Amino acid sequence: MPNMSLKKVAIPEQEPHVRNKNFLEVALGYTEEMAKEEAQRCLNCKHRPCVSGCPVNVKIPEFIQLVAEGDFEGAYQKIKETNSLPAVCGRVCPQENQCEKYCVRAKKGEPVGIGRLERFVADWHMQNVREKIEKPTSNGIKVAVIGAGPAGLTCAGDLAKLGYEVTIFEAFHTPGGVLMYGIPEFRLPKEIVKKEIDLLKEMGVDIRTNMVIGKVYSIDELMAEGYKAVFIGTGAGLPSFMGIPGENLNGVYSANEFLTRINLMKAYQFPECDTPVWVGRRVAVIGGGNVAMDAARSAKRLGAEDVYIIYRRSEAEMPARLEEIHHAKEEGIQFKLLTNPIAILGNDNGWVRAIECVEMELGEPDESGRRRPVAKKGSEHEIEVETVIVAIGQSPNPLIKSTTEGLKTHSWGGIIVDEATGATSKEGVYAGGDAVTGAATVILAMGAGKAAAKSIHEYLQKKHGK
Amino acid sequence: MYRIVRKEVLNPQVKLLEVSAPLVARKAKPGQFVILRVYEGGERIPLTIADYDRNKGTVTIIFQEVGKTTKLLGTLNEGDNVLDFVGPLGVASHLEGIQKAVVIGGGLGTAIAYPQAKELHHMGAKVDAVIGFRNKDLIILEEELKVVSDRLFVTTDDGSNGNKGFVTDVLEKLINEGNQYDVAIAIGPLVMMKAVSELTKKYGIKTIVSMNPVMIDGTGMCGGCRVTVGGEIKFACVDGPDFDGHLVDFDEAIRRQSMYKEHEKIACQEYECKLGGAFHA
Repeated sequence: MPNMSLKKVAIPEQEPHVRNKNFLEVALGYTEEMAKEEAQRCLNCKHRPCVSGCPVNVKIPEFIQLVAEGDFEGAYQKIKETNSLPAVCGRVCPQENQCEKYCVRAKKGEPVGIGRLERFVADWHMQNVREKIEKPTSNGIKVAVIGAGPAGLTCAGDLAKLGYEVTIFEAFHTPGGVLMYGIPEFRLPKEIVKKEIDLLKEMGVDIRTNMVIGKVYSIDELMAEGYKAVFIGTGAGLPSFMGIPGENLNGVYSANEFLTRINLMKAYQFPECDTPVWVGRRVAVIGGGNVAMDAARSAKRLGAEDVYIIYRRSEAEMPARLEEIHHAKEEGIQFKLLTNPIAILGNDNGWVRAIECVEMELGEPDESGRRRPVAKKGSEHEIEVETVIVAIGQSPNPLIKSTTEGLKTHSWGGIIVDEATGATSKEGVYAGGDAVTGAATVILAMGAGKAAAKSIHEYLQKKHGK
Repeated sequence: MYRIVRKEVLNPQVKLLEVSAPLVARKAKPGQFVILRVYEGGERIPLTIADYDRNKGTVTIIFQEVGKTTKLLGTLNEGDNVLDFVGPLGVASHLEGIQKAVVIGGGLGTAIAYPQAKELHHMGAKVDAVIGFRNKDLIILEEELKVVSDRLFVTTDDGSNGNKGFVTDVLEKLINEGNQYDVAIAIGPLVMMKAVSELTKKYGIKTIVSMNPVMIDGTGMCGGCRVTVGGEIKFACVDGPDFDGHLVDFDEAIRRQSMYKEHEKIACQEYECKLGGAFHA
């Protein structure tokens, strides 16, 4: 008999007033008993709607069945068949828009906690199984992957399994991309990312850090060095600003800078670690996505008393994961919705003293289908803050585009690819993830990395296969 | 890990390190920079490339000990390593077509002006070099610059080298004497680059300055290095570090540079405490 409870088994979490002062992970994870109980909520539907909602098609009912039976390692291996980073996906995927959205149980009550179960299974495996990686036999064909984020790591892993000699070139001193510099420790512990990357290294993937492709090597030079194919997974690193007055005042950050200081450079451990970050008593974060939530919650943890999310539409339009919005509210982040900044105001010394906003109301739907916000006349008002963090999006970094002849891109910077294969306009060069789509999700980038690995394999078999 | 193959103390605060980094050396050009990190837990700091040797595979950096990271860097010796060394970053200086240039270095900026003068000299351009320091003990690269310039003028704020004045005094004199320049290249403290730019604007001489703002990644990702140039936001790491001195908003740049002053003080105190602690241990 399935467990017919309408609600997911609750996941233990740190108390909001405790966790908003530390950088430890918010969710503590299921116990074995909780996992089995939640797994029994799955009806094991024949038509498996959840699977089609997953960008990498994890065999969801099968792995959940194994959890219900207590075969946690079996469940892990089942997930691993299609997903190379389960501990990461279980934590950061927007499940409510993917697998869980299509769960039959969601028609009446909450869907099965697929994300929580995936996370449990991955953590159980890390704690209990000392994996012995068999290094695949090399086929002697070299492939270069640019960028060690979710797309690049996935592509590299899949190609390594097929016997290719894969080298990842990473611009930062640490691999992981957005998993290391963007997503905070309290949402995705860096130890987990490191373990996943260590597994890749054991499989023979060579990761070369401090390598800014476009500067130290061009893509043509990599091919001249003997790489038979190249995958570009350089992400969306270029921060957007609003173009309003005052954005260069002291105390204004891009979310990229703010989060990189904290996550990659460990500014929350200053002065033990050398990189500082400046957080005022009152902080405004502009934007409504996951990055905005991450920045706001990080600011709170660094001691800010009042932290505001300023978003020009209403909560229903917020692109952030439901769980992040919920957690942010629990932690005392204040939401200023239907509010749009028009200027950042400074004091005599050039530091931020306030942000000037207007109130908005929702008008007719725009081309994205969301109702377009329109400014209310005479609603200008100031909110006093010392720090402003701009989290309104990122676009692809132009470095590769500007140094690679024959690589076609959109006017906004995204690399143009064949959607099915990830092939770019340049022979042997493939791309995927945010570098192609603009800022999106970890799992979509992984899906693109996976698809590109398959295409690269087919291309190289045709060209160099024996 | 990147090994230090040579160290020189140029003056009590300014040191030179030649670092083995063949891939960076292979591509480096005047005007570009590297980002380095001394140890795990350290900051990433940008330093302009002072020289490079493609055959030896080395890149030379020259730095002043002003904060914790540069102080720590100064304690390293030949045979030691720095953990990370990324580059070459930024756009190389556009020197092509220049026939007569005045290259102006202020203090440590002289170290960055040197490769520009050298490149211009090798291109066959006529180079006047003007370098200024607070006093004679701080003078660096005088001999090196003599070799790559047609004329070299060295000034000190206090006159201790027998030549009292600012670089702008010398520059104005050279202009008034009828010297014509295609371009002025000014590299040094922001106030000095501002003063030079104001002067050259008056005489209509195109002026290139090299900005060195706060930076983390050096690839256009953080936006911390933004400077306003001609009313537009530019990122020094990918659009620069060279900009038209007549268009740069120097007052804003000066203000932005002070953003971490308090943190810098704390980091230095902490560092010196630890050093003190080590002596007692």
